[in-house]
Order: sequence, then structure tokens, then C-alpha cells
Amino acid sequence: MRRKRVSRNGFAHLILIVGVIVLVFPVYMAVVGSTHDAATIGRGRLPLTPGSHMAENYVQAWAYGTGERVSGTPVRTMMANSLVMAISIALGKIAVSILAAYAVVFFRFPLRMFFFWLIFITLMLPLEVRIIPSYKVVSDLGLLNSLAGLTLPLMVSATGTLLFRQVFLTVPKELLDAAKIDGAGPMRCLWSIILPLGRPSIAALFVILFVYGWNQYLWPLLITTERSMDTIVIGIVKMLGTSESLMDWNLVMATTVMAMAVPIAVVILFQKWLVKGLVETEK
Amino acid sequence: MKGKATFSNKFLPYLLVAPQIIVTAVFFVWPAVQAIQQSVLRSDPFGLRTTFVGLDNFRALFADPYYLGSVRLSFLFSAAVALTALSVALLLAVMANKPLRGAKVYKTLLIWPYALAPAMAAVLWLFLFQPSIGILARGLQDIGIHWNYTLNGGQALLLVILASVWKQVSYNFIFFLAGLQAIPKSLIEAARVDGATSTRAFWSVVFPLLTPTTFFLVVMNTVYAFFDTFGAIDALTKGGPGKATETMVYKLYVDGFKNFKINSSAAQSVILMALVIVLTAFQFRFIERRVHYL
Repeated sequence: MRRKRVSRNGFAHLILIVGVIVLVFPVYMAVVGSTHDAATIGRGRLPLTPGSHMAENYVQAWAYGTGERVSGTPVRTMMANSLVMAISIALGKIAVSILAAYAVVFFRFPLRMFFFWLIFITLMLPLEVRIIPSYKVVSDLGLLNSLAGLTLPLMVSATGTLLFRQVFLTVPKELLDAAKIDGAGPMRCLWSIILPLGRPSIAALFVILFVYGWNQYLWPLLITTERSMDTIVIGIVKMLGTSESLMDWNLVMATTVMAMAVPIAVVILFQKWLVKGLVETEK
Repeated sequence: MKGKATFSNKFLPYLLVAPQIIVTAVFFVWPAVQAIQQSVLRSDPFGLRTTFVGLDNFRALFADPYYLGSVRLSFLFSAAVALTALSVALLLAVMANKPLRGAKVYKTLLIWPYALAPAMAAVLWLFLFQPSIGILARGLQDIGIHWNYTLNGGQALLLVILASVWKQVSYNFIFFLAGLQAIPKSLIEAARVDGATSTRAFWSVVFPLLTPTTFFLVVMNTVYAFFDTFGAIDALTKGGPGKATETMVYKLYVDGFKNFKINSSAAQSVILMALVIVLTAFQFRFIERRVHYL
């Protein structure tokens, strides 16, 4: 009996280890690629162990982004762009959602249900399906190559509002009534009671939205045409171009590793919040 | 949503919903309306004259073998991505749900790819499968397989599927694991006491209880495969070789931004909108049912 259990768990370990290897291997090889010189990679016989050019590759990619056969934007610029975009989207969406959810849950006003459904409908259509008219609107408003044009359209989404609505509905009424008797107005209640209670959900949503923002692809590709505004995900694909074999793959991989490091670190550090947030927004 | 209002201010609630409503109206409602409007118009190449053509743009699309090809490809691609990503994730989640030593470490090591953009996943796999420098490509060539996804459409499709699945497994894993953890152990033990093998207990007790999660994930994976994989396709194949990896969304992008066929691409947008609405309606029916049961 005992033996059987051990062999069963052995099978589980085996499956999980194979799964982990398949997931980790491409990233490991990217790290290896970022520590060799371009010639070693170009010969097509990349060793499975790290080489000795790590420091120079990373410095080159970070400060210049350009090698002999690849021209890119410095990673530090693209990284800053991605950070600004991801944080703006996350904070903006959270702020907008909290205010709307607060109004819908704690106030009664004409058109309330109409607004709620209007927000709700946005669940349905991803940006990709209305990409051309959205582009036109942003360009008509003169927002091409601007942070507002890049982030505002991505703040349209019902998930945040629905999540906060769910959270606010569980707040005991007595709590707010007591605060009202003590003379607190609606904004004071939001700030001192609702926000502290919603903190775990805010944190969870922040992690999800940060990753969402960091990983945007199609929208920044269209909205930003100046290289100085490239986000890091866009920048790497631009560096690849037609992905020739004679290319500074070492720099591309160093850039890739740095681009992955930020969202992966966020996900691993805030794993608990992420999982909680994902599973909750589903409801 | 029942009960009395907590606050009775007249204007404040409008002020509170205003930011979301304005952003929604400008960047969601307005573009969606424009897409529908453009889809029934036709402009001459110089944009000087626009005429109403009814459903002609749609008729033209459904008579276009390239468009039909991209529709077929999208469904095939989505089915392949969703099925593979779901099965692999379910297997991993079932294993990780066992009381194993190091279970926590496994979970962390399986969750992190969630953080990556599909385009990033594509870059990683490109580095391994680039025909002349990728080590896996070289490995394939060494055993006699002519690997060159830039020329071979089937291989290109396979590579895009691989990168898309690889990225999506961890998302599914998170949900399956949460679903499995919510199933009371006593139910499974009861089945085992009744003499069911663990495989039997899984298929007749655990899997049916996971149905809501599976159903939700099928919808999410389909949406992912349809829309989010744009980045992976753009980074790996740009829709080629030929049209081997040109999905509906990629074609929409090419027609709208490269070929400037505004009206045709608007019609394609409308078709995709209809598709997403059907999918979402599908999902809501199930959510409603679940709320009912709980």
C-alpha cells in the first residue's frame, strides 16, 4: 500500500517536472543566448551553458540597444515606456472602476441601470475587433504618440467595475450608517471605510492590470510611431525584423531577458494576490 | 442591487460614474458604431466619395476564398490552442493538487509564464526554432526533418500554436487548481470507499464538478486564441508564409492598416463583434445557471 502510494507520487513528480522543464527551457536558452557573442549564436551551435559575454551584452542592450546588425531603442528607454504605460493603465482603470462601482452600489439615481449596462456591455468587445475605428478616434483627437492615446482606450473595461461592485456589496450597511451619524459625507466614507476594506482586491487587480498593460501589443504598435515611444514588447519584435540568422541575437536575447524579468518578478512576488484576483474576477 | 440607497446626493453619483462613462462612450461606443456604419459604406480610393452599399461588403467577404480561408484557419487554430492548453493544464493541475513534497515550488514554477505577452513567448520559441540558428531547429534537421517554418506553412502554424499554448497553460492551470481545491476531499474519499479507482473517481466525480471552470476556460481560451495571439503571429510569421497563419484578426489588421481597405475591414470587425457577442452570451447563460445553483 505504502509502496504503491510512493510510485503514484513518483508519477506525479515526473509529470510536474516535465511540465516545469518545458516551461523553463525556452527562458533558460534565452538567458544562455544573452551571454554569448553574436558569432557563436550565428554559427548555429549555441552551447547549452552560459558564455562569458553577459556583462557587455546587457550593458550594450541597456544603454544603446543597437549592435552591428540590429538597430533598436535602448532598453532603459523602452523599459521606462512600458513601466509608465503599465502603471498608468493599472492605476487609471482601478480609479475609474472604484468610482463607478461606488456610485452604482451606494447611490440610487435615474439612469443608474442604464449606466451599469453600458459598462457591462464593454465586457464583450475586445479592443482588437474595433481596432480601426478606435485608431481613427484617437487620431482625430490628436492623441497619436501620446500617453493618453496609449492608455485611455485600454481603460475601457467592465471587469474592474464588476469586481469592485461585488466587493462593495459585501460591506455591511451598518458601518456606513454609523459613519454617517458621525457626520462623514459620501467621499469621506469612500476614502476612510470603503477603500481600506477593498485593499486586498485593489492589490490583486493591480497585479493583473500591470501585467495586462505591460503586455499590450497591437494597440501600442498602432498608436506609437516614434521609436522613442516604443514599449519593450514592441521594441523586441521590431529588432527581430525579418529574423535573419546573421543578427545580433545576443542583444535581442539580453533585451528579451530584461523585458521578461519585470512582469515575471511581479507575478512571482505577488502570486497570492494574482491567483486570488484572477479567480475572483471570474465570478 | 436591492435595498435603499446609502446616500442621497443628487449630482455626486453622476460625477462618480462620469470618468468611466466618458471613456466608454468615446473609446468604445463611438468606435463600435463607426465600425458598423463603415461596414455598409464604400469609399473610392481617394476617400472623395462614399456610397451606401448595404450588405455588399459582407457579401464580398463571404465570396472571397482568402477570407473564408482565414475563418477556417481561425477556428482550427483556436480549437488546437484551446484543447491543447486545457488538457495540459488540467493534467498538471491534477498532479499539483496531490499532497506532494515541494507542491508550492511546483505551483510557482508553473504559474510564471502568465506574466509573458504572447509576442514574448513567440520570440523565445523563435530563438529555438529559427531554421539556421535555433538549437531545436538544428536538432530536427539533424534527424532528417526539413525544418523551415518560413517556407513551410504547416510548420509555421505549428510553431504559432506551440508558442500560444505554452503561454496559456499557466492561466488555465491557475483556474483548474483553484477549482480542484474547492472540491471537498470527502466526496472523492466516498467514491474511493465505494471501490472506484482513482481514475474512475476523477472522471465520474471530480471532472463533472469542474464543469463550470472548464466551461469558463473554454470561452476564455477561445477569446485568447482569436484575439490575443495577434502578437505571437506578428512576431513569428506575419501571417505567412502565403496566408498559412493569417487568422481573422490578423487579416483585419492587414486589410485595415496595410491595404487600407477600410470598408472591408470594418465589415470584418462587425463579423468578429458578432462572434464575440455569441461567445459572451454563451458564457452568461452558464454564469446565470451557476449563480442559480449556489
